[in-house]
Amino acid sequence: INPDIASERQTASFSVEKLMAWLDGSAEHTRIRRAVVEAIECDPVFSRENQYFQSQNERYEEAVKKAVHLQKKMQEMGWTENGPEYKYIYRALAGDVAFLLHRVFMRSISMLGSDKQVAKWIPLATQYQLIGSYAQTELGHGTYLQGLETTAVFDITTQEFILNTPKISAMKWWPGDMGRSATHTVAFAQLYIHGKCYGVHPFIVQIRSLQDHSLCPGITAGDIGPKMSFEHADNGFLMLQNVRIPRENMLSKFCEVQPDGTYVRWGSQKINYFTMTSVRISLISDEVITPVMKACTIAIRYSVVRRQSKLKPGEQEAKILDYQTQQEKLLPQLAAAYAFHLISNYLQELFDRGYREIQRKNFDMLPELHAFSSGFKAIITQYCTSAVEICLRACGGHGYSLLSGLPSLYTKILASCIYEGENTILLLQTARFLIKCFMAASAGQPVPPSVTYLAAVKPGKCPAKNKLDFLSPDIYMEAYRHTAARLVSSTAAKLQDLTQSGVKKHDAWNQCTVQLARAAKAHCHYITVKNFAEAVVKIETQAGIQKIMKHLCDLFALHGIFSNAGIFLHDGYISGTQMDMVTASYLDLLPVIRKDAVPLVDAFDFTDKSLNSALGSYDGQVYQRLYEWAQKSPTNTQMSPAYERYLKPLLHKKLSKL
Amino acid sequence: AAMTTMNPDLRRERAAATFQPELLTHILDGGAERTRRRKEIEALVINDPDFQHEDLNFLSRSQRYEQAIRKSSLMVMKLREYGIADPEEIYWFKSFVHRGRPEPLDLHLGMFLPTLLTQATPEQQDRFFMPAWNLEIIGTYAQTEMGHGTHLRGLETTATYDPATQEFILNSPTVTSIKWWPGGLGKTSNHAIVLAQLYTQGQCKGLHAFIVPIRQLGTHEPLPGITVGDIGPKFGYDEMDNGYLKMDNFRIPRENMLMKHAQVEPDGTYVKPVSDKLTYGTMVFIRSLIVGDSARCLSRACTIAIRYSAVRHQSELKPGEPEPQILDYQTQQYKLFPLLATAYAFHFVGAYIKDTYHRISGDINDGDLSELPELHALTAGLKAFTSWTANAGIEECRMACGGHGYSRCSGIPDIYVTFTPSCTYEGENTVMMLQTARFLVKSYIQVNSGQQVTGMVSYLNDLSRQRIQAQHVAARTVSVRINDPVSLVDAYKARAARLVEAAAKNLQAELNHRKSKEDAWNRTSVDLVRASEAHCHYVIVKLFTAKLSEVSNAAVRAVLTDLCLLYALYGISKNTGDFLQAGILSDGQITQVNQRVKELLAIIRPNAVALVDSFDFHDLHLGSVLGRYDGNVYENLFEWAKKSPLNKTQVHESFHKHLKPMQSKL
Repeated sequence: INPDIASERQTASFSVEKLMAWLDGSAEHTRIRRAVVEAIECDPVFSRENQYFQSQNERYEEAVKKAVHLQKKMQEMGWTENGPEYKYIYRALAGDVAFLLHRVFMRSISMLGSDKQVAKWIPLATQYQLIGSYAQTELGHGTYLQGLETTAVFDITTQEFILNTPKISAMKWWPGDMGRSATHTVAFAQLYIHGKCYGVHPFIVQIRSLQDHSLCPGITAGDIGPKMSFEHADNGFLMLQNVRIPRENMLSKFCEVQPDGTYVRWGSQKINYFTMTSVRISLISDEVITPVMKACTIAIRYSVVRRQSKLKPGEQEAKILDYQTQQEKLLPQLAAAYAFHLISNYLQELFDRGYREIQRKNFDMLPELHAFSSGFKAIITQYCTSAVEICLRACGGHGYSLLSGLPSLYTKILASCIYEGENTILLLQTARFLIKCFMAASAGQPVPPSVTYLAAVKPGKCPAKNKLDFLSPDIYMEAYRHTAARLVSSTAAKLQDLTQSGVKKHDAWNQCTVQLARAAKAHCHYITVKNFAEAVVKIETQAGIQKIMKHLCDLFALHGIFSNAGIFLHDGYISGTQMDMVTASYLDLLPVIRKDAVPLVDAFDFTDKSLNSALGSYDGQVYQRLYEWAQKSPTNTQMSPAYERYLKPLLHKKLSKL
Repeated sequence: AAMTTMNPDLRRERAAATFQPELLTHILDGGAERTRRRKEIEALVINDPDFQHEDLNFLSRSQRYEQAIRKSSLMVMKLREYGIADPEEIYWFKSFVHRGRPEPLDLHLGMFLPTLLTQATPEQQDRFFMPAWNLEIIGTYAQTEMGHGTHLRGLETTATYDPATQEFILNSPTVTSIKWWPGGLGKTSNHAIVLAQLYTQGQCKGLHAFIVPIRQLGTHEPLPGITVGDIGPKFGYDEMDNGYLKMDNFRIPRENMLMKHAQVEPDGTYVKPVSDKLTYGTMVFIRSLIVGDSARCLSRACTIAIRYSAVRHQSELKPGEPEPQILDYQTQQYKLFPLLATAYAFHFVGAYIKDTYHRISGDINDGDLSELPELHALTAGLKAFTSWTANAGIEECRMACGGHGYSRCSGIPDIYVTFTPSCTYEGENTVMMLQTARFLVKSYIQVNSGQQVTGMVSYLNDLSRQRIQAQHVAARTVSVRINDPVSLVDAYKARAARLVEAAAKNLQAELNHRKSKEDAWNRTSVDLVRASEAHCHYVIVKLFTAKLSEVSNAAVRAVLTDLCLLYALYGISKNTGDFLQAGILSDGQITQVNQRVKELLAIIRPNAVALVDSFDFHDLHLGSVLGRYDGNVYENLFEWAKKSPLNKTQVHESFHKHLKPMQSKL
């Protein structure tokens, strides 16, 4: 072990094992997680060592191979889809596996399908007798679902739906697993009965033969070409020409087309989007929090191994983590990783509660759940994407090597800002909910508990007298609450002004969207800070954990005020002098957390194999690993024709024109 | 037919512009004649069948390297054939050939040859320059080591002089001392200029440059004692063989040390160089190029995002109406137009630094180095400021294109990965900002001790006056006129002065508390970086504003004035905290600024497409399906995807290898 990293672990102010158990939910969860990771990592089929050297075709093949092997592994280990091990498998595979959309396919059938449909399709899908995908987005249409152009026309004589892609922009585009693997897909299309449009509905469509995998008649499908990342995934396109499917293939838990063409609906039309709400919430932990924790682990470990310049003349070059500017880059990201881990748990609980209600056909929680999932998906993905990029750039030149692991974490996480709803649009959906609640609250009507604070907007001043006051959660929570409420209420007032002065409602909305998005962000930021502070109070485990978590919570909160000073200063809630206190308290926290930085990332408990990084390994042997790994690059092990073909004639002046 | 007609949305946009894009193109190029010449060179490359190849997105790294080498070899010969020798014209030619990407001969042309010119003795030039010019020698510049980057003094490679044989013995004594990253080192070069700590007569004389042969002429095999190779895949730079180099007791003749400035005599006596400030010159030059690159890369990304936003329709703005162009959404304008304004601002800043450098490099040759420290400090900060901003801006443009921005066909992922390392190379950005801060603090101390300072920092002279009239601070706030760029320059100036002063005072307070200067500096560095950023921001607003009066065409000046105002006001709205806290602007004024920003978005909207057309990127150079000049996005997206390697066969081999066996077993 590199002594520079070993010394960091000797001074931890808390028990890393205990913190790990708290993060996992219990020591038992930690044990299960480790067992799963161990079982996967010791199996050579799941190795990712060559990943950075592989082409798109090779990555895709590996991903399929792993997905297939995983079925065997699960049987062998006795893991099941409902068992406690299941959620750790994906983490252990680091996402480099096919058939993720197959899971979304199954989830949408479970949620939106009738009991009969579930009974028919789920066993087939579980047994991989078919491979599913989820085809919603089109070439010309994404987040705005009502704009989708694919059509499904009910033919009463044959009791079939006829699916069509009427023009090029209506082609399904992007669905994962669809380019090469899927045999079936849930396709979203505008339903027409007797010439009348009933809006977007989901249909199960077979696209490839179950015998020889060739495309079914009327189907054109393929891969959409290289992307910024996700080389392992065959994101696909799909064109439908008079493809007929039986009436029973429309998912019909909440609505149905009866044999005579009568359309019946139970509950909200919005329920069709419920799969997206559920995906938004579950992606936060797997696709967003995990990568940001990995990026922090890599960047912080590397920053105690890398030495650069001298802090004091005559001394050894300093660890770069000892520079204030480096701490200011990395430690707020670390605090954010913890903050978002906690809010993600909170969202999952909220969702589980809401889902139970919906199963009982009670849709009351749907608006709040939708607003929460949209807003938090947007701020967490945006924050964490930028966090991973900060980590990448904090590693200097070596961060740009794929072997650091950071570029692939970055290119992957940044897709999360777009998929499952483009962030700006999602923020505006949250804003719509907030404005509605604000109006209701102002009129004295009941609103969901998470937004009752909007009712109590009043001018005021922050009571802090010195910089230590800003380490009090009551003080900073109130500042966030005040600012969020102010931004919502002032935007609502602006909207009202515009409409009262004769501007049409939708124009007024568009003119306020920049402010609306900002209000939605402030709301989510407030809830995140509040949730973090409340979680810290509830910590029962001793061993110094509450103390270090309190520091991280303070850092997260003060960093937010420091970086958004304008909105806190704007109405004088925080004064200029107080802002200097915030800055001072914030900067004072950096060296305190610095001491525990390595134990804090150790607690995320990523194995070296799962980090797959030359810079972030547990033992800190960065340079040796980088050198050895680079030598395995195909550019070094395989002969390139470039020398014989071009360099040699160039050096020897034999190129035709010289 | 669809390919040849222009998308009606774009046609409408172009017809509605209030100015002639060509006129603005001329301003960006530095005159109509230069535009003509640029297009002439562009045509030479684009019409040359030798420079055509398959879409790079579908090639492996090894294939991309091979294409780059092929084109580079041809490029060098054709440049000579056409007699193109002006550095800027070479730059154009090269960027059309390589479509804005790096290439394996970059370091040979950009570092190896120039270093020979500036640091080799006449005798060394005779031995090395012509062979290198004729590409018998291909060289690179090996400075960075695995464990050491921006802090040059920390480099560990050694060159020990052996008077018995009159040779230097080069060694990489540790793993961390292995040379790492130099472009063209992995596979292409047969020589390298190596920076190493010189040891002679038992003493270390610091870093010096040595010409080291690394591969056998003829076979291209590494020489005994040399370990060389490619450092593996990176985030972008696929066509570049960034390399490593390890030397074990590798001997080179005494005459291979670059000895124009410092010398080692045959007996080992060391002769010191006259001045070390000269090396500043190269750094200033390269960093000024990065400022220009920031402008160009951001312009390319803006061109793609804005054209696509005029073609893409989504959701509804008004109930019952067709889906609007996404460029009509305020949030989309708010993402893209400030970046467009930034791209223009950076163009003018890049041109200013380049001109200033050329102006004073005459003085440098005459031995007058007086302006160099300020220019050095300014380019360090601007390099960091513009590369950070452009980096984030390119990503913003990509995300503004929704899902399709993420596809390689958009071209933005490539712009990003090619550009983003400039935040790190040629000086890590945070370190650059701190260098600028050092200059600012020094100037502040000078002013405080009663001296006047000149140049871009002269605003610091006003600080002492303001202190005497502290009660007038409130009166100052109302004097900012938010529709007047000149007045906004003053607001930025006041912000920079305030942040420089705050950082300098905090530094002083830390010094009073602590013994060590270095500790105090470290504990103030977050404030110092903020001060540098504010200074750079002021310089940019000032230069953009100054440019307006040089524009003679009224329509062009009007649209540039809108952009300049947007740049300045958007910057305020993003940093309201600074302006409020310093009392430069009141709450009410901030509300006005925010309002005005939104009004400007609507004012710029009709000219948005024409403003990106003015950047005048050829489709081939843009390399984007989304940003095509004719706007025929969807048809071409589909055509492009069909060529994907995964689509080579109708049924992928993975089906037979993995899927089918699984289905039969379960």
